[in-house]
Amino acid sequence: MDHVASGTPAWAMLAYLVAGVLFILSLRGLSSPETSQKGNQYGMIGMLIAVVTTLVLHGTGLPLIVGAIAFGGTIGWLIAQKIQMTAMPELVAGFHSLVGMAAVLVGASAYLNPEAFGIVDAAGQILTASRIELGLGVAIGAITFSGSVIAFLKLSGRMGGSPIMLPGRHLLNLAVLASILGLIAYFVFDSQPAVFWTITGLSFAIGFLLIIPIGGADMPVVISMLNSYSGWAAAAMGFTLQNTAMIITGALVGSSGAILSYIMCKAMNRSFISVIAGGFGADAEAGGPKGDGVAKPYKAGSAEDAAFIMKNAESVIIVPGYGMAVSQAQHALREMGDLLKAEGVSVKYAIHPVAGRMPGHMNVLLAESNVPYDEVFELEDINSEFAQADVAFVIGANDVTNPLAKTDKTSPIYGMPVLDVEKAKTVLFIKRSMGGVGYAGVDNPVFYMDNTMMLLADAKKMVETIVKSLGH
Amino acid sequence: MDFLSTLSIFVMACFVGYYVVWSVTPALHTPLMAVTNAISSVIIVGALIASSAATGGSELSKWLGLLAVVLASVNIFGGFAVTRRMLAMYKKKDKKPAAPK
Repeated sequence: MDHVASGTPAWAMLAYLVAGVLFILSLRGLSSPETSQKGNQYGMIGMLIAVVTTLVLHGTGLPLIVGAIAFGGTIGWLIAQKIQMTAMPELVAGFHSLVGMAAVLVGASAYLNPEAFGIVDAAGQILTASRIELGLGVAIGAITFSGSVIAFLKLSGRMGGSPIMLPGRHLLNLAVLASILGLIAYFVFDSQPAVFWTITGLSFAIGFLLIIPIGGADMPVVISMLNSYSGWAAAAMGFTLQNTAMIITGALVGSSGAILSYIMCKAMNRSFISVIAGGFGADAEAGGPKGDGVAKPYKAGSAEDAAFIMKNAESVIIVPGYGMAVSQAQHALREMGDLLKAEGVSVKYAIHPVAGRMPGHMNVLLAESNVPYDEVFELEDINSEFAQADVAFVIGANDVTNPLAKTDKTSPIYGMPVLDVEKAKTVLFIKRSMGGVGYAGVDNPVFYMDNTMMLLADAKKMVETIVKSLGH
Repeated sequence: MDFLSTLSIFVMACFVGYYVVWSVTPALHTPLMAVTNAISSVIIVGALIASSAATGGSELSKWLGLLAVVLASVNIFGGFAVTRRMLAMYKKKDKKPAAPK
């Protein structure tokens, strides 16, 4: 039995360690766009080393395995080439579900054939520590899978984005979670199949139950959290296999997702628990001054008005949001920015951390439309500039510009850091219609200010018309 | 390797991850998620072991492993390729080479 994990030869252990270090470098590369491509290459080399090492150690039945890699790899590669940048959140959610499922499958095959994984004692029983690791790995993997599938369905619009609330769901969820943990503990003493498969089944169920009540606006947190889970699942399997590359990667990915969830929660001023508890945005009547049924007066403008104002401005700050992604307005927006720059106007972009459906969503879309990344600024770097700006151009964002977050303690978004668009001399606000409110279900006083001009249209069409008016 | 040394590697890696991830620029958070996705598919190591197990009674275990190889491969190739595609889009204002800083 030379493929017992604890009997891994020294060269292979070194190779896995090198792979782990390369994965660290791949994340390190992302500290700036200039080094990022190199980082991605480190990641690929690390993966190659890990796979080749494993094949050299264990390689039997190579043709079938190489075929499986080629088959999966081709599918993955094709998806990566075809996917639209606006669909990135659902792609990432979909990929997370695959990691989760792979973890479950690996856990199941380790349970069915523990000798191959070198996790048996002299009596042929699965080792105690391995039972806990297997149980945890399979549970986390299954949660990652079913949670990501729901996130994928919601993000791709195949399922409504609004929260689905089951009665008594908190109690139900806690009960299921407690049973999973209890069963994992019991699994240590009794490793019969019924226990293992019940853990797996319950974990699939809890992933589904946990994500179903979470609304669209909280997706940036959910997707980061699932990212984190996929890491912990890999780490748990790494413990089972005593594999350094898997453990290092699991820890990296786990902390990465956890940090992103933290950043997203902070950007919404919500606790992680309240996001997980779900239901945000379900009751639009919660708190905040609701228009008393009377339509408040607002100023509507045309594309020509907007073009005229911006042409004569010295500085324009563009605030993109999820609506820009939905209407695919980023290319028209960049064209508008170019025309304004040709007129000598300073153009900058202000990104709120939770704009869009995943961390950094807006940045990718702007990069796709060739907006240079040094014109794109994060909230804390640009917020002081609104007071000096002539125009704040809000496109497809709403809650992230709502000044009530600063003043109204009863508002559900109170305390959330927001972009101070109302401080600009003029606010141009693109919105589909006056009817809808943001995901938080809160009215935005910016609509009704004297210096605000509402541009009521589809974001892309509006920007295209502005571009036309700027052209002559 | 005993459990404690494995645990030490894990805890250290968590700290490394913490510092490395905080140094990632927010503009690259989407590529970060895509690339972490790709590297977490290192779980393919377990899938390969399962699918190449020569002995052991379970034929099912082998096929489950092979299926996991396929899923992880989708993720590895897809994840790295889409990250590369995204990163290629990030450009600076000027054509001039960036000052080495």
